[in-house]
Amino acid sequence: MNQSLLRTLTNHTILILGTIFMGLPVWVAFMSSTHAPETLFREGLQFWYGGHFFETYTEVLFVEGGVMKKVTATKMLLNSMVLGFGFSIGKVVISMLAAYAIVYFRFRLAMPLFWIIFMTLLLPLEVRIVPSYEVVAGLGLLNTFTGLIVPLIASATGTFFFRQFFKSVPEEILEAARLDGASPLRFFIDILVPLSKTMIAAIFIIMFVVGWNQYLWPLLMTTSEEHYTIVIGIKQIYQVLSEGGELPQFQKAFALTILATLPPVLVVVIFQHWFVKGLLESEK
Amino acid sequence: MATLSLSDVNKRYDNGAHAVRGVDMEIADGEFIVFVGPSGCGKSTLLRMVAGLEAITEGEIAIDGRRINDVSPSECDVAMVFQNYALYPHMTVYRNMAYGLSNRKVPKTEIESIVRQAAATLRIEEFLDRKPHQLSGGQRQRVAMGRAIVRNPKVFLFDEPLSNLDAKLRVQMRIEIKRLQRSIGVTSIYVTHDQIEAMTLADRLAVISDGRIEQMGTPIELYETPATTFVASFIGSPAMNFLPARVADDGGSITLDEGPVLPIPAGALAAHAGRALTLGVRPEHLGEEGDDDPVASLEVELIEQLGADTLIYGRLAEGGEDLTVRLQGVRTLSPGDTLPIRAPWRHLHLFDAESGARISLG
Amino acid sequence: MKRVQYEHSIVPYLFIAPQIIIIAVFFIWPAGQAMHQSFLLEDAFGLSSQFVWFRNYEDMVWSEPWLQSAIFTVMFSALVTFLSLALALLLAVRANEVLRGARSYKTMLMWAYAVAPPVAGLMGNLMFNPLIGDLYKGLNWAGWDFNHNIDAFDATFVIVLISVWKQVSVNFIFFLSGLQAIPNSVMEAATLDCRSAEKRFWTITFPLLAPTTFFLLVINITYAFFETFGIIDTTTQGAPGGATNTLVYKVYADGFLGADLGGSSAQSVILMIMVLTLTVFQFRFIERRVHY
Repeated sequence: MNQSLLRTLTNHTILILGTIFMGLPVWVAFMSSTHAPETLFREGLQFWYGGHFFETYTEVLFVEGGVMKKVTATKMLLNSMVLGFGFSIGKVVISMLAAYAIVYFRFRLAMPLFWIIFMTLLLPLEVRIVPSYEVVAGLGLLNTFTGLIVPLIASATGTFFFRQFFKSVPEEILEAARLDGASPLRFFIDILVPLSKTMIAAIFIIMFVVGWNQYLWPLLMTTSEEHYTIVIGIKQIYQVLSEGGELPQFQKAFALTILATLPPVLVVVIFQHWFVKGLLESEK
Repeated sequence: MATLSLSDVNKRYDNGAHAVRGVDMEIADGEFIVFVGPSGCGKSTLLRMVAGLEAITEGEIAIDGRRINDVSPSECDVAMVFQNYALYPHMTVYRNMAYGLSNRKVPKTEIESIVRQAAATLRIEEFLDRKPHQLSGGQRQRVAMGRAIVRNPKVFLFDEPLSNLDAKLRVQMRIEIKRLQRSIGVTSIYVTHDQIEAMTLADRLAVISDGRIEQMGTPIELYETPATTFVASFIGSPAMNFLPARVADDGGSITLDEGPVLPIPAGALAAHAGRALTLGVRPEHLGEEGDDDPVASLEVELIEQLGADTLIYGRLAEGGEDLTVRLQGVRTLSPGDTLPIRAPWRHLHLFDAESGARISLG
Repeated sequence: MKRVQYEHSIVPYLFIAPQIIIIAVFFIWPAGQAMHQSFLLEDAFGLSSQFVWFRNYEDMVWSEPWLQSAIFTVMFSALVTFLSLALALLLAVRANEVLRGARSYKTMLMWAYAVAPPVAGLMGNLMFNPLIGDLYKGLNWAGWDFNHNIDAFDATFVIVLISVWKQVSVNFIFFLSGLQAIPNSVMEAATLDCRSAEKRFWTITFPLLAPTTFFLLVINITYAFFETFGIIDTTTQGAPGGATNTLVYKVYADGFLGADLGGSSAQSVILMIMVLTLTVFQFRFIERRVHY
């Protein structure tokens, strides 16, 4: 009895320490963002609320020149939204269509095409940085949302995810639908898409987060501030800070990290159930 | 309402498996046919070929004389009830039943009246607005049948529809299926591995093994004159006892290997003198009463009291072969007891020892 | 594949076309380019190029920076993988045991999945900033002559810490689900057979988690190879003196910032081979995972 009490105590101690380890950086970042730059400069990181919340965040969010030369954090957040939604919607649509063709049709090029999709796993962006940039530049897609989103949505993960799910749908459903006279398109729209609702939600949430957090590709693709996402903005402010000059505006950097973190974290926490499901399924 | 004919139907898969081998069959209008056999014997494949869900490698299937080999499943006018029901989980019961009709562009008002009528027949009217997951197994089963009825098909196909239900419900649904089929009089094929289901439902049943029809006939024909040891062992419960035996050289008796000698009516086996046999006899025919003399005695090992019957498992005192005996009523026996065995000649089944084919007596 | 499929000439091609077209334009073509360029040597002005067979590869493999980067990448990956797996496993085992607050702990330990690596990098960078970072000051105050801008060890320390912090949540989620997948009855049987909780963990729980662990091993190595790009780019950027260049960061630095196309392409091709190996490895394990 005593021993199990001890075990329970250790469990909670370890978990609380883990929670602090995970949470402290963000806590400190948020608290520090509510202080004046002078305070930060003089006293270092801050652990409690500093009263400059509105000042810092209004300037970052709404004032031109507050963080970047021209764009505001609001604009960057919007760009991130576009990237997050564009990426997740595009990915769900494209991979559902492809997975449907692969699982439910017998056609001659099925195997080779499946292997082409599989190959994308072997070719992450990181191994083809320069030529990918050249292709997009050649198509005149630098600094466009098309160039930003489209090349990202074709990788195999989503297709594999839906392929796996479609294969788990009982065969009799298709057979019943065929006896009921459903054409391929009808079956897809009337039966398969509604059946996939939770799967779509799960993968959508994962992909939104993945899209929002894209870094390398936007870094290569966007050279004008107009198209910066909030995550790219962070890189820029880092450069400004390290170049020095006047009193560094650390509170803005902190504010930016909070702004970049908040939306995807909220999505993950609010839709935790679907998120975990999507993560466990999609990584398989 | 339709007749169905299968001629020399074969199914070969790309991997070389030969799932259905040369099946011939004529099914009359309104007949209830059951395909029965162990799992993997090809019975479901055959059914799915009739449904048009599985391509026909060789041979021909015709409904009302019209060849349906290359007709798409939705056009050949069959309806099917699946093993796991295959209801569309996201649609209400009503939509599940109406889906096939609306794909056929049946006017909405007509759909409504057809579905309501079918629902009334099946007593599922109150569930029309529910989703399948809100229904019990038996109710889902009814919906699956409703989905099939509303199509007013020429042929009704059932693919082990009761195997997901518990024992009590299975009996109840079995009776309902039979009643329903009688009342609409639609030609039906029913696949099952359960021989009781097969016996109770079928007008005629086809015992299938390894892609072939072993025997086809009415339940009683199959029970009384099984064509092969396979059919004999498959039909009837508990299964028939088989004993290796030989016709005496003079044709006047049958000798069990290392065991008792059974006298036989004079001349019955004259043509088979000296032949090696498999002797089959059903547990319920090894009665202790009767006019015949006991031919052997059984050392009782295990007794199962079923109330109406008593099942006795034991070994022959001579030869030691395992044997099951079914006696009517409650018996007070205990392991170690000896039971006299009678085996009336009219209940003996003789099969060729090699091929397992029935030896018919002139 | 399904037993029953639609037979249709054109419909499946229409459905699969969008993905295939995008892959052809943005994956296959650039990857082919990378391979092609890896055999070319450009002159200093990028005006002409000549086919040099494997010289780029030879130059790369024997160049000090690349070797150094390769060694660093392996070491860095091993550290990040081991530490983040160990920490996540500890937390998952404990979170699986507690009755009170299990849900809250789960949430509190997994949200960091949603933080982008570069954001984590910047956050960490600020914590270690010589001007305001308490960690920087604290470590120096504690007697460690800490300066990640000059000292390679210190710089490695910073990126390992941030990379582990960022990766713990993913591992935690998988370990926890792996633990929850172990049937209760098995654990109850183990409790009857073995009194020591620690021994029970190493003889029952850990072996049962092996499939999850192998799988996470691949995921984590991939993460350490590729996704830490964002962390490095917002902290050390390879400094000091290329000591924290992972192979991926070096491809970017040489090719994109340094404009050495041939060399960068050759490095890309080597990376492709590494990914291929990892993927084959992963599929092997997944196949085995089915059989346990």
